[in-house]
This record gives sequence, structure tokens and C-alpha cells, in this order.
Amino acid sequence: MDALYALQVTWFVLWGVLWSVYFMLDGFVLGMGMLYPFMARDEKEKRTMIATVGPVWDGNEVWLITAGGATFAAFPTTYALMFSYLYTALLLLLFSLIIRGVSIEFRGKVEKQGWKRFWDVGIFVGGMLPAVLFGIAFGNIFQGLPMDASGYHGTLVGLFNPYGLLAGVLFVFLFMVHGALYVSVKTTGGLSRRAAAFAGRSWSVLAAVAILFLVHTYLSTGIFANYLASPVLFLLPLAAVSSLALIRLQLSRGSLAGAFAASCSTIVLVCATGFVGLFPNLIPSSLDTAYSMTITNSSSSVATLAVMTVVALVFVPVVIAYKAWVYRVFRGPLNPEDIDSQKVY
Amino acid sequence: MDVVTLGRWQFAITSMFHFIFVPLTLGLSVLVAWMEWRFVKTGDGTWLRMARFWGRLFVINFVLGVVTGITMEFQFGMNWAEYSKYVGDIFGAPLAIEATSAFFMESVFLGLWMFGWNKVSKKTHAWSITLVAFATNLSALWILLANGWMQNPVGANIVELAGNPLVSRRAEMADVFAVFTNPYGWVKFFHTVLSGYVLAAFFVMGVSAWHLLKPNEVVLFKRSFKAAAVFGLVSGFLVLGTGDFHGSEIAKTQPSKLAALEAVWETHKGVGLSIVVIPDSEAERNSLELITIPKLASLLAYRDPDAEIKGLKDIPKDLRPPVGLVFHSFRLMVGIGMLMLLLSIAAVYLSFRDRIEASPLFLKLMIPAMALPYIAGQLGWIVAEVGRQPWIVYGVLKTADAASKSVDAAQVLFSLVAFTVVYSLLGAVDAYLLVTSAKAGPEARLPAGLDATGKGV
Repeated sequence: MDALYALQVTWFVLWGVLWSVYFMLDGFVLGMGMLYPFMARDEKEKRTMIATVGPVWDGNEVWLITAGGATFAAFPTTYALMFSYLYTALLLLLFSLIIRGVSIEFRGKVEKQGWKRFWDVGIFVGGMLPAVLFGIAFGNIFQGLPMDASGYHGTLVGLFNPYGLLAGVLFVFLFMVHGALYVSVKTTGGLSRRAAAFAGRSWSVLAAVAILFLVHTYLSTGIFANYLASPVLFLLPLAAVSSLALIRLQLSRGSLAGAFAASCSTIVLVCATGFVGLFPNLIPSSLDTAYSMTITNSSSSVATLAVMTVVALVFVPVVIAYKAWVYRVFRGPLNPEDIDSQKVY
Repeated sequence: MDVVTLGRWQFAITSMFHFIFVPLTLGLSVLVAWMEWRFVKTGDGTWLRMARFWGRLFVINFVLGVVTGITMEFQFGMNWAEYSKYVGDIFGAPLAIEATSAFFMESVFLGLWMFGWNKVSKKTHAWSITLVAFATNLSALWILLANGWMQNPVGANIVELAGNPLVSRRAEMADVFAVFTNPYGWVKFFHTVLSGYVLAAFFVMGVSAWHLLKPNEVVLFKRSFKAAAVFGLVSGFLVLGTGDFHGSEIAKTQPSKLAALEAVWETHKGVGLSIVVIPDSEAERNSLELITIPKLASLLAYRDPDAEIKGLKDIPKDLRPPVGLVFHSFRLMVGIGMLMLLLSIAAVYLSFRDRIEASPLFLKLMIPAMALPYIAGQLGWIVAEVGRQPWIVYGVLKTADAASKSVDAAQVLFSLVAFTVVYSLLGAVDAYLLVTSAKAGPEARLPAGLDATGKGV
């Protein structure tokens, strides 16, 4: 195995890790947004829900920016073609993320009913829409995009195919359960209880969607080819399903933190299952496999990959260390008195 | 309009909008960190109320910088796929390094700063805004090294990729050291970051002036004004100095930009600098040149009064940037810069003589003067980016060859309209919030528990 290929594999793994961590961390922020208009019963509960993500939403979104930047640096051809092929879908994603960030930060800055109601809608849209769009995007990537020697032949409407939509529904429920568990862990009293109860109820829907999704994936994508070639890999989707079951188990035992941890690992394992199935493709072609974007035909040069590897080895552990420390500073449920006295949101 | 023109309009609008928020973030983070450290050292609660007041404005501004920044990262791929394919091997690295080394630090520690008032010690809290300031400035370094490479593409080889179905030819990293030590990028970094400090200084002076005229919170705003005046004056002189270095860097690497900046049509030696010039691109000459200082342009560009400057007539017409726009933007930027230096000198003088409250006319002047650095910064980017045309990477790749092939004009027109509408609304909301928060002034008293000693600032 030559150095270039080793680096290409390394960056495929890092690419998968960045996306997985992004979905694990931003998943609960998006999930909080989806639940926000229905779960918070009064102004204080609304502010409490926003405050659960207040110190972390921006840092979590940076994982997306890093995933994008890493795609640009390590697989520039994939970055260029994927972003231009999915132009309008990404435009919608951009706007929904813009709305999300601004809504979270601006809602509490003016004490007027109309102002707050406007941003309330923004928080919901900014939670729901990115989840749907990410699901549809990855669903279509798993199926392969229609591309060949003459370029891309897909349309925006074409992305809304049954499998793509099912992936969108899967992401929505994954993040909704995840967000409900996060809110239940970070709050106290009625809000926490209602969030936990909601997580339990929506878990059943999530489990049903997940099974449907696995079957549909087998029928309409090439994701399982790698698994059939080396059956030992089936341990991965098995672990994902077990982790999903563990969420339910922990909830029954009354351990909210345990359920949230299981939900974190479920998201990571679902992503890992997808990425292992994609390898060595980043984006397969549904028309002609010669035009699939792979780690070999779309990567950077050996020099750039080597530089980026050093950068990742230096900075990623540091980032994880201070992020972990800041999460520790803010550990445990929010103090209801702080919500009143600090008035950040 | 074709897809390239529409894409250029979109990039111009989104990047100029993004750059409304960036420079204030760069400078205000430094000022807020300094205020909070003054509090830690002296225990004087006024410093803390200052840090919290200016920090609140910082946060409102910061959010829009963040959300409009993602657009920039996505747009390279969405609209400029041919560019991204061609140069991604070099251009992608600084962007990814920016995210890993700076964006995480900035966002995580700003979260700690906003919510950690009674959770960490005073020093740790001051450190968190210090790290925000450091990371913000670090991110500017990486993005300007990326832009610097587009201006002066060092350390690259053009490589044919035989047998690759997706990309046949591209620029590859030959010398990473050269890319990261590109003098063009570094001089641009210092010039841009320092201009952000000037902008933040004028912002703080302007808002303080409004309160001093009331008068409201006189002690706090006099102190803010004085700190900003010094910060603005020192940074202003350094912007001037780095601007001079920037000019000679352009002279070394971008003859077509230099010729447009100075409106030089004929190649000749000992080029003078005229105070009043009206260039005429059609006639390929200046229709008006008044008050010429002999040999000054040559001296500034090459440190040699007799140096030769290449004229626009010796550059093929299709390789010239739009002369009028570049020339006038440059002149206006420099003029505004000089005006700001004069205002800064007056501000420092009046502050140290303790006559600032007794100068209502000057204070009234400093409120509209808040707009000056914003205008100068936008003009600077017009000079930098329009002056590079028709190249997207100077001498290597033309803008016309850089757009995405799979995106059509209708899609870009749609997104251009959508960005314009959404950004206008965001801009209006942000301006409203900044104005109301600035006018509301600092909190009358610190929240309970914040002035205690030890843990809990």
C-alpha cells in the first residue's frame, strides 16, 4: 500500500468521523428546535429550552464547517462537484442554518410578543429543515447521484425520491429522540419529564422507520455490497440496532443520561454503517461507476494530504480537550434561577 | 446575464455583507478582552460593566458573522466548482485549518464567556474572551493566506492528471512553506486585521460619543472613548504602514493591478502621482490630471523615484481590470483612511487633555464617522478583488473559466435574489438590535453575585 493510498483511506475515515460527530452534536440542537414549539408550555420553558443549547450550538455547527473544509482540502473534486450538483438543496440548507443561528441568538433580545413569535418559528424551521435536507442528501448519496461523462443529470425534484424522503424521515426521528433526551437531561421538573416521555413515545416510531430504512437500503442501494463481501462488518449495523434498543432500555430503567449516551452512540453507529458501505466511494454514480467520486480519483495530492494529517493530529486532540472541558463546566441540568437572573435568552 | 456575471454579483454581495461583521468582531474582541483584564487587575467594577456592555454588542454582531460565513465556504463549491477543482489542492488546506484551529476555539470560548459568568473564576473568564480574540484573529490569518494565494499563487505546480475522469488538470501543492509564508498573504493579514481594529475603535468612540452627549454614564463612556481613541490611533498608523507595504507587494506581483491603481497608461520611468485624476478607459488616457507630485508613484511602489511602472497600454485589453472602479475605490479608501487618522489624533488629544465632554461638536462628528471605516474596508476589498480581474487566481486561472458547469443562470439568479432579500432583512434586524442595545447603555448594576471575589466574577 503506497503512502498516497494510505492517506486517502485515512482522510476517508476522518471525513466519516467529522460528519458523524457533527450529526451527534448538532443532532440534539436540531432536535431541540423541532420540539421547541410543542414542548415548552410558557415563556420560561421556552427560554430554558433555548438555554440548553445556548453555550454549545455554535461550537457544534463548527463540526459541519470543518467537515466542509476537510472535504475541500482532502477531496476537492468531491467538494466542487457535490456542492455544485446539489446547488439549490444546499442553498435551502444554508438558509435554514442561518435562520436557526439568528433565531436562537436574537429571540431574547427584544421584549415584544410579535418579535418572539417570529423567531419561535425560526427556531422550529431551523431545526426541522436541516434535518430533512441532510437526510435527503445522504439518502441520495447512498443511492448514487446520476452522473456520467457529460456531468450531472439530476434535478432538485429528483432528490425527493421515496428512499431519499425515507432517509429524511429517519434523520428527523433520530434527531427528535436525541433532542428530547438532551432536553430531559439538561432540565428539571415538568419539562424534563415531558421530554423524557416524548422520547419514549417517538422511540417506537424511530425504531419502525429504522427497520424500514435498513430494508429499503438493502433493496435500493449498493451500501451492503461491502458487508456481503466481508460479513464480519455486519457487526457494525448490529451494534447500531443494539444501541437503538439500548435507548429504550435505559429509558425504562429511568436513566436519562444513559439513554442520551445510547442515542449519541446510535447516531455515530448509523453514520459509520453508511460510510463503511460507501467506501471507497465518497459519492457513487448511479449511471456509470467509472464516474463515481472515489477516494482515489477525487483526492488531493500526497503533499496536501500529509500536511492536513499533521494539522489534524495537532489540532483535533486539542479541540476535543477544550470542548470536553467546557461541556464539563456546563454539566448537569440548568439551574432555573440562572434562567431568570442571567437573562441571556 | 450569464452564469459567471451572476455568480460574481452573488459572491460580491455575500462577501461584502459578511465583511460588515468581520472587522468589528476582530477589533471589538480585543477591546473587550482588554477591558475584562483591567477589571481582573484592578477590581474596578466599571471595567466589568464596560466589558459586559461592549461584549453584548459584540455578540449581536458575531452571530451574523458566523451565519454569513458558512455561505462563503459553501459558495466556492456551489458557484465556482471549476475553480475549486482546479485549486482545491492548495486553497482547501487553509480553509480546513481555519476551521480546526480557529473556529472551534472562537465558538466554544464565546459560549463559555456568555454563559460562564458564575461558573468559572475571574481569570478563566477573562481568558475565555482572550482566546476568542486570539482565535478570531487567527482565522483572519488563514483566510487571508488563502486569498493571498489567489493574488500571488506561490508554491504551486500545474499538474496533468492522466486518466482521471473527473479532473484533468489542476494546481498542486509544491511547497507548503511558500504558501503559508506568502508575503502577499501576510501583508494583507496585517493590513486587514489592523483596519478591523480601527473600525472597532470608531464604533466604540461613536457609541460613546452618543452617550457622552446625553450625558449618560459619563465615567464609563469617557473611559471607553479614551481606550478606543488610543487603539484607533495606533492601529490607524499601522494600517497606513502596512498599506504601503501592501502597495509594494502589488508592484512586485500584480502589474495590471498596480497600473489600474495609479491609472498609468504609458510605460515609463519616474512616474508622478497626481492628486486629481479622471481615467478614461475608452480613450486609454487620463482625461484630467491635476497637482502632480513628480516621481511619487514610482517611489511608493518600488522605493525608487526613477523606477519604471508598466502602463495599461502594454497589458492586453482583455487582461486589464476595470480601471475606473479600481482607481476611484483606491483613492477614496486612502482618503477616508487619512481622514480617520486626523480624527483619531484629535480624539486622543482631547481625551488626554480631558476635554472630550467639553467638545460637543467633535462628539457629534464622531457619530456619523462610525460609517467611515466600514466604507473604507469595503472599498479595500473592491480594490483587491476587482483589481485582480480578469483573473480569479492571478496569472493562473481566469474568472470566466472558474464557474460551475452544472449550474445554470436561472439557478444563480434565484439564489442571488434570495440572498439579497434574506441578507437585507438580516441586516435591518441586526442594525435595529445594535442601535437599541447601544442606546440602552450598560446595565445600571451588575447582576447579583458577579462582583463577589473568588469564584464567580
